[in-house]
Amino acid sequence: MTTNTTASQTSSGDVSYLSASYGIKSWLLTLDHKRVGILYLIMTTVFFMVGGLFASLIRLELLTPQGDVFEADTYNKLFTMHGVAMIFFFLIPSVPAVLGNFLLPIQIGARDVAFPKLNLLSWYCFMVGGTLATFAIVMGGVDTGWTFYTPYSSTYSSYYVALALSGVFINGFSSILTGVNFLTTIHKMRAPGMTWFRLPLFIWAQYATSVIMILGTPVVAITLLLVALENLFRIGIFDPALGGDPILFQHMFWFYSHPAVYIMIVPGFGVISEVIACFARKRIFGYTFVAFSSLAIALLGFLVWGHHMFTTGQSMYAGMVFSFISFLVGVPTAVKIFNWTATLYRGSISLETPMYYALGFIGLFMLGGLTGLFLSTIAVDIHLHDTYFVVAHFHFVMVGGMVMAYLAGIHFWWPKMTGRMYHEGWSKASALLIFFGFNLTFFPQFVLGYLGMPRRYHVYPEEFQILNVMSTAGASILAVGYLILFAYLFLSLFVGRKAGPNPWRAVGLEWEIPSPPGPHNFDVTPIVTKEAYAYEEADVTRFGGNANDAEGEQIHQEEGAEA
Amino acid sequence: MSDYFPLFPEQASTFAVQVDGLFFLLVSLSVFFAVGVMFFIVLFSVKYRRRSEDERPKPIKGSLPLELAWTIIPLILSLVVFALGAGIAFRMYRAPANAIDIYAVGKQWMWKIQHSQGKREINELHVPVNQPVRLTLASEDVIHSFFIPAFRVKKDAVPGRYNTMWFEATKVGEYYLFCAEYCGTQHSGMIGRIVVMKQEEFQDWLSGGATGETMVEAGARQFQQLGCETCHKESNQGRGPNLVGRYGTPVQITTGETVMADEDYLRTSILDPRSQIVDGYEPLMPTFQGQISEETVMQIISYIQSLSDSQ
Repeated sequence: MTTNTTASQTSSGDVSYLSASYGIKSWLLTLDHKRVGILYLIMTTVFFMVGGLFASLIRLELLTPQGDVFEADTYNKLFTMHGVAMIFFFLIPSVPAVLGNFLLPIQIGARDVAFPKLNLLSWYCFMVGGTLATFAIVMGGVDTGWTFYTPYSSTYSSYYVALALSGVFINGFSSILTGVNFLTTIHKMRAPGMTWFRLPLFIWAQYATSVIMILGTPVVAITLLLVALENLFRIGIFDPALGGDPILFQHMFWFYSHPAVYIMIVPGFGVISEVIACFARKRIFGYTFVAFSSLAIALLGFLVWGHHMFTTGQSMYAGMVFSFISFLVGVPTAVKIFNWTATLYRGSISLETPMYYALGFIGLFMLGGLTGLFLSTIAVDIHLHDTYFVVAHFHFVMVGGMVMAYLAGIHFWWPKMTGRMYHEGWSKASALLIFFGFNLTFFPQFVLGYLGMPRRYHVYPEEFQILNVMSTAGASILAVGYLILFAYLFLSLFVGRKAGPNPWRAVGLEWEIPSPPGPHNFDVTPIVTKEAYAYEEADVTRFGGNANDAEGEQIHQEEGAEA
Repeated sequence: MSDYFPLFPEQASTFAVQVDGLFFLLVSLSVFFAVGVMFFIVLFSVKYRRRSEDERPKPIKGSLPLELAWTIIPLILSLVVFALGAGIAFRMYRAPANAIDIYAVGKQWMWKIQHSQGKREINELHVPVNQPVRLTLASEDVIHSFFIPAFRVKKDAVPGRYNTMWFEATKVGEYYLFCAEYCGTQHSGMIGRIVVMKQEEFQDWLSGGATGETMVEAGARQFQQLGCETCHKESNQGRGPNLVGRYGTPVQITTGETVMADEDYLRTSILDPRSQIVDGYEPLMPTFQGQISEETVMQIISYIQSLSDSQ
């Protein structure tokens, strides 16, 4: 443990983690949690673009009821690879591995994560898994859907399922390593005075996420191994022809994959708490309720997997228990939304770009959550299961919720990560485009779903066309929004004005060190004396004035200790 | 089935009305909460907008009564909706005694349907109006799902087991039948139609055309051709159990467990005979896995069922 030693001579004010060393090797072998975070940022962005490209092609095909752009098999591969790329290689790692890696040690006043080498190893697991999955795509693709249901995936599909599965399997270890690292770091490396209830809510969310990663990910690894064993040694596990049970696969798959949905969304909750506190300049209303609701969601999330299986013929009583617990998950989720809204009450609200995304998140995630209740209600789910209603619900939670939260976080901490500000006008314009495009894409899908249009349909009856055209139109707007976003963020690296240590006048340890931070985060281990979000005590004008100041304001090393 | 720009599906079964009622309850609750929260977000964002850069609002830590209120009220509402949904699902689970039986087998990429009177159809299901219908579903290959949006019912056809579903159509007409579980290349082509007919017309349809043998007759023929009757004798002297009166009764198997001799048990006993041997018998029976189709299995089961009906 090195947190009690003072920083080495390398961290003078002008050496940042970016300029501490140069060259490919200094990045590929880095043990700096911030650089690992940036490596993840680059690669998850690549997968996001690939997954987004597949999504665009899917929407293009669905513009007309006939299958006139792609062959059926090609279409099936497109939605499979869209799901695999987005879920396993973008959504799961995005907030924890990008923002979590970058910020978690800084926010608790540590110089790095507990196991820096494991941290780098987790990125390599991600890369190996991602490479195998990419290889499966290049070789000819996978057509099973991201859910890999047996016996289709094990016996009937003739494409590169095993290769894709091994990619997902290896990628799982990157989650596990990140989870172990975060839990240990949060337990053991908090700065003096950083008690559990002084932790920023981002840390609580990462904690809950890490618990799910450690408990859930091994189960999907076991499941994928069993599929491999069945294929290699003809042991009947999932294949009914060998005496196995295909429904068992669904139980095991969803035992991981439902909690995995919370791996994707819970860290986003943490981001939203940080952003709302900063731009309302207030403590989060009901801090402990928000903190514990993350844990409640994480734990209850392990007990609801059967709500994906109401139509499989599972026992009536099992169905009722799963439905009941699914409703219970809705409660802590509602508690969070109410507390965020209440935080705005009598605040000092400034609508900067991150706040655009955070407020957009609340609206869209709320719709995602509420439509989740439709799907928890057994009788209604029987009609909606496997229709576009589920697709819409999932995208409201994952894109409307998670991606909006991620973008809120990226826009909030971009100045900290890069030291540069992005263009305000363009960023707000693209946030609005993304919000509008998103709604136009996915809201019609709720209607389509209730009408009965099944998901994963390459061709569809003509009367569904108008709603599909709306959806495709929305997707093009969404795509333009994302492209603008990539453009101005990229340009900001070269032409953005210097951010200074605290462009938002936020409180939190990460805002008390330079932007970008030095290689060891803190020159002097900070001693924490205040609760999180103590905006009422913060000197909001301290770093004030113009963030255009050439170098921002140099932060005095003692100030870290004062805070 | 041909509306140009529909926004709501047709209601054509007894369940459709019940499910839609619950759906609209959920929609109203969702609109209430979503509009409420969005109202406050907009209100606060305007009313408490930052007016000067050095504002420092007074801190509010929270409020226990509020936290309790917005925990307990959603909890109660959730439980009400849960109970209503579970209630309808409970009725969906068990078919009424007067339901007629129809059998459907999913295979890549079609639905093959047989009526017990012998009529068979592919990707079409004719049913009488105002009459409960119980469908027994099986699959020859991967998982399929039998989905009739206008009836608000859906059930997976899972290889290796039987699932059942039931509905009572309330409106004469034609409705979509979709395969809802992704099943490979032509998944989206696995579309059929449900034809709801007046009862008399349905009877005419059933007896019209080349009906051939009934399912029981076909099953009896298979039972003989496959040599089942050499062991399963009616005299209780055979090497296998006597099947007369066996269906629907509990049987003790060699592990000491008692299982119900239902469709699933009979199916397993034909395709994987050694898994559940009736106590007192030797595991001599060969498997018929891969040798007879799911439709033939259904016919044999119908025949075995008929051996109990006559009692």
